[in-house]
Amino acid sequence: MANTYTLIASNTVGLLGSATITFSSIPSTYTDLLIKSSARTDRVNTVDYYKLKFNGTATSYSERSLNGNGSAAASENNNSTSYGFNYAIDAATATTSTFSNAEFYIPNYAGSNNKSYSTDAVTENNAATAYAAFTAGLLSNTTAITSITLESANAANFVQYSTFYLYGIKNS
Amino acid sequence: MTNAIEINCATGEVIERPLTAAELTQREADAKAALDAKAADEKAAADKEAKRQAVYAKLGLTADEIAALA
Repeated sequence: MANTYTLIASNTVGLLGSATITFSSIPSTYTDLLIKSSARTDRVNTVDYYKLKFNGTATSYSERSLNGNGSAAASENNNSTSYGFNYAIDAATATTSTFSNAEFYIPNYAGSNNKSYSTDAVTENNAATAYAAFTAGLLSNTTAITSITLESANAANFVQYSTFYLYGIKNS
Repeated sequence: MTNAIEINCATGEVIERPLTAAELTQREADAKAALDAKAADEKAAADKEAKRQAVYAKLGLTADEIAALA
């Protein structure tokens, strides 16, 4: 069982915002990776969606997701998509200065099997409508993961003070 | 200007640069695909619910009975 969390790298988005956040040259010395983020985008909506890519790969992602919006729940299947999804980032019309929380977990990222991952995110909004999303995903690609990119699936930008932390996990 | 941030985990270097033209084009295509996929999912869910309601109507169930089945 994993019992160590080592901070590999982190970033806080500056005044100009950013369309993408990429962790590159990730060392292969851990068993699992975990990204924790606190993020908000400038999409003109209450919610935005995370887009997740490993090694810049733009094919062969499959997912099952559970989503809630404060009044209804839904499940979705996405097969053979060009990136991973999570449906819960605070966006421009959510309560001012609130940020969503998210975790992205990638076990056995440096191995030679296809890559599984899970995501877990919630938005914060002082209203009945707020979003929660959970995803179980698979990238059908055996290449070891050395880079991870997060961005808005709606071509928006992460705003200032969004933060991203990449941890390496191993059992020794 | 739309920026990209890259954090090199080996060196700790953080590079902030404008997106390239190709990246901007891909980003727009991805955004359209995301909206299309979400709309298709929502339509499928709405169609399924409409069919469910049609079955309830055909069975002549009351609102309380429908709620009990949910």
